[in-house]
Amino acid sequence: MPAIDVHDLTKSFDGFVAVDGISFTIESGEIFGLLGPNGAGKTTTIAMLATMQRPTSGAATVNGHDIVTDEDGVRRSIGIVFQDQSLDEELTAYENMDFHGRLYRIGGEVRRQRIGELLALVRLEDRKDDLVKTYSGGMRRRLEIARGLLHEPTVLFLDEPTLGLDPQTRNHLWEYIERLNAEKGITIILTTHYMEEADRLCDRVAIIDRGSIVAEGTPAGLKASIGGDVITIASPDPDAVAGLLTAPWVSGVERRDGQVTIRLENAEEHVPGIVTAIHQRSIGITSLAVRKPTLEDVFLHYTGRTIREEEASGREAMRMFHRAGRR
Amino acid sequence: MDIVYAIWLRSIKRYLRSKSRIVGSLGMPLFFMLVLGFGLNSIVRVPGMEGDYISFLIPGVVAMSVLFTSVFSGIQIIWDKQFGFLKETLVAPVSRLEIMLGQTLGGATTAVIQGLILMVFALFIGLEPTGVTGFVIAVLFMALIGVFFTAFGIAIASRMEDMHGFQLIMNFVIFPIFGLSGALFPIDSLPAWLRPLTLADPLTYGVEGIRYGLTGAAQVSPVICLAVLAGCAVLMTAVGAYLFRKISV
Ligand SMILES: Nc1ncnc2c1ncn2[C@@H]1O[C@H](COP(=O)(O)OP(=O)(O)OP(=O)(O)O)[C@@H](O)[C@H]1O
Ligand SMILES: [Mg+2]
Repeated sequence: MPAIDVHDLTKSFDGFVAVDGISFTIESGEIFGLLGPNGAGKTTTIAMLATMQRPTSGAATVNGHDIVTDEDGVRRSIGIVFQDQSLDEELTAYENMDFHGRLYRIGGEVRRQRIGELLALVRLEDRKDDLVKTYSGGMRRRLEIARGLLHEPTVLFLDEPTLGLDPQTRNHLWEYIERLNAEKGITIILTTHYMEEADRLCDRVAIIDRGSIVAEGTPAGLKASIGGDVITIASPDPDAVAGLLTAPWVSGVERRDGQVTIRLENAEEHVPGIVTAIHQRSIGITSLAVRKPTLEDVFLHYTGRTIREEEASGREAMRMFHRAGRR
Repeated sequence: MDIVYAIWLRSIKRYLRSKSRIVGSLGMPLFFMLVLGFGLNSIVRVPGMEGDYISFLIPGVVAMSVLFTSVFSGIQIIWDKQFGFLKETLVAPVSRLEIMLGQTLGGATTAVIQGLILMVFALFIGLEPTGVTGFVIAVLFMALIGVFFTAFGIAIASRMEDMHGFQLIMNFVIFPIFGLSGALFPIDSLPAWLRPLTLADPLTYGVEGIRYGLTGAAQVSPVICLAVLAGCAVLMTAVGAYLFRKISV
């Protein structure tokens, strides 16, 4: 039985289709990533799978429970860390955990013991009796993850678990997530728009854009699927550079902000030829780099845009501001 | 029951921690009690009542404090919605009814505590204890007012997106309910055309009930008060629970 099975799931809000007929399957024990830009429909997908929103059409099961007809079954078997904070700031860390334990009907002794263990796991035991409003963003996130694990769910949803955290805290969280998955065998579905995060953590990734899944596979498989290597050339005249690259071994060329990105096999062999050709036409080269493709390139390949362009709209900045204001 | 208790416990903890809210919401009732009480005591005689105006007024002001505290407790669900905490409760495998009942009992409890604090102050300005039975009766009516108006607050909060509508509700619903209730003046002295409105106001029965408990006299029979207010409290809890079921985050 797969941990999560999604068929043609759709959600529209007053005619606007936020999630457009997506299907995927997650095996138990996997770390599965939903990767996509702001507004792609990641949170809406999670909300439907966690029974917080009803799908407009389509079906899904979580641990074998139907998300529409067996909400309680789903709820009992999942843990979730929401994108936006969901702690009670007027309570202490311990009290937030205790409240959660009671909601999931975990008996007194077991509850106390598990809370102790989990707070130690996320290294908050020294601060457990401080009000959450005195916590930093990273501490809150760690507390939310600990809370999501208290009732020992078999599936854990993490909606942008490291959004807005500094690189060090992000690294710590990645380690926790990997350990949880390895030691307890918890199936994890996480959403992110950080490419490195998906690459580092996920066994499989679905790239979601404007409500649809545009590509799915292992990070390595996705990178291989777009073909070989990537050469980026910065030049004062990128159009001329791009115009030269018509050889059959070039599998793709994209141009943005004075840069040309070329996808091809065995890049090292072709670099001299490319440089010579550009020189012969007396076009300048500011810089040239050869690298393996990243998920960023995969995203660019399947959507024709970079995920950064999406973010440049400033919506993320707005959202972080909004979140900060709410604290 | 465990779930109701968990949610009740959270309400109480939050209440006891918000010292400024406890003190702040004593302000207006104390002001009413002192200014109206001492200001009008010598010039107002309540027909058919033994005591002076201040002992007539005290139960009304106690009811007022219970009213405001409980409406406010119910409406606080909006904050839970805005600060995201409501999601934590809604995604748990518990029924919405349990959540709503926990919230209602929590709100009612804090409202009764607030009323009791006010009663202690009232002892210094003329409230004369009538004995244990009277006190228990007063607390019972305070609890019923608390349940009714917390449930009312939850019902409203379930339909509101943010706190902007709060002022509107206070001015056009809560103050009229308070004003018409006979908390400040005997309902018999109102013009005849206003009487039906007064009798349709659930708070009237609460005020009269508390007044019976604290002073031994009331203008509506305490049995009728109890029946009407208890009925209203149950009904409002049902309405609140129904609307809360549909809340979405
Ligand atoms: N309750 C709602 N009513 C109307 N539109 C909504 C609602 N919730 C989400 N949407 C819209 O659905 C789309 C997908 O939103 P969603 O929150 O799922 O995106 P996301 O992938 O999680 O983005 P982000 O990275 O910013 O969190 C957005 O265009 C959003 O405006
Ligand atoms: Mg999101």
